[in-house]
Amino acid sequence: MLKNSVIHRVSEFLVGLLFGLGLILSGMTDPGKVIGFLDLFGLWDPSLALVMGGAIAVGFFAFTLAKKRTTNFLGGLLRLPTQNQIDKPLVIGSLLFGAGWGLAGFCPGPAWVSMASGQPKALVFVVAMLVGMVGFELMDRFIHAPRKAKLHTV
Amino acid sequence: MNIDWLHFTPWASITGGVLLGVASAMFILLNGRILGISGILGGLLPPKMADSLWRVAFLAGMFCAPMVFNALAPVGFASPPRVDADLLTVVAAGLLVGIGTRYAGGCTSGHGVCGLSRLSPRSLVATMSFMGAGFLVVYLVRHAI
Repeated sequence: MLKNSVIHRVSEFLVGLLFGLGLILSGMTDPGKVIGFLDLFGLWDPSLALVMGGAIAVGFFAFTLAKKRTTNFLGGLLRLPTQNQIDKPLVIGSLLFGAGWGLAGFCPGPAWVSMASGQPKALVFVVAMLVGMVGFELMDRFIHAPRKAKLHTV
Repeated sequence: MNIDWLHFTPWASITGGVLLGVASAMFILLNGRILGISGILGGLLPPKMADSLWRVAFLAGMFCAPMVFNALAPVGFASPPRVDADLLTVVAAGLLVGIGTRYAGGCTSGHGVCGLSRLSPRSLVATMSFMGAGFLVVYLVRHAI
């Protein structure tokens, strides 16, 4: 019998592949198409709205089922987010992300797939994005965390 | 509002969107995880032994997508990508997306697709914020500056 961890790795690989195929088919790996959607006041390309609609129409049923479970179907925990605070990091982070998204037309998933297809600017984007993510980790560790610790000691 | 009929691809985009939904559904139901790219990538920085293999497996699958797509799709099906931003803008955009998505705890996949699918108010606020900022920045770049 196959080990359970192997089944999980195969499943994760195949889901990643399927997600990547969905991004390419939907046109989201083309930054021009993303910016075409964000350009409400120019020639508007509504495609991205249909991508989101199609994805959520399926996702809604899956998550309705997921909410009723604590284990996944391959064996193991089913981890749903527990955080429900609407706070400053959520809004400020999303605004920064949206600004970057509008500037180049890449968000993390499509950028990763475009990089894999050999698009040079997508590679540059992914490297800069990873640098940004590391920057966040460092800020979180050395600026936010000590401040929080201080607050707790007062 | 003027629709860009030349680039609008309703059927490919709905079908592609459904694939994204199926992948998100499989990930939560089979693997028990939220399909969010910024979180999957960010969790590797720095990598933690027990928590890395699933991330690498998923990202490797995504990485193979262009190859598989080109093998399956008829030649010339997908239009070539239009990357208009210059290199410096791409770098600035990447930094903003990296910091912003980690600060917000999600991007278009985690908040936009999965979050809205599970009717999370937090993800709705995130999605409205990043879309709003996107609309504003594109307006400024294309029509104001």
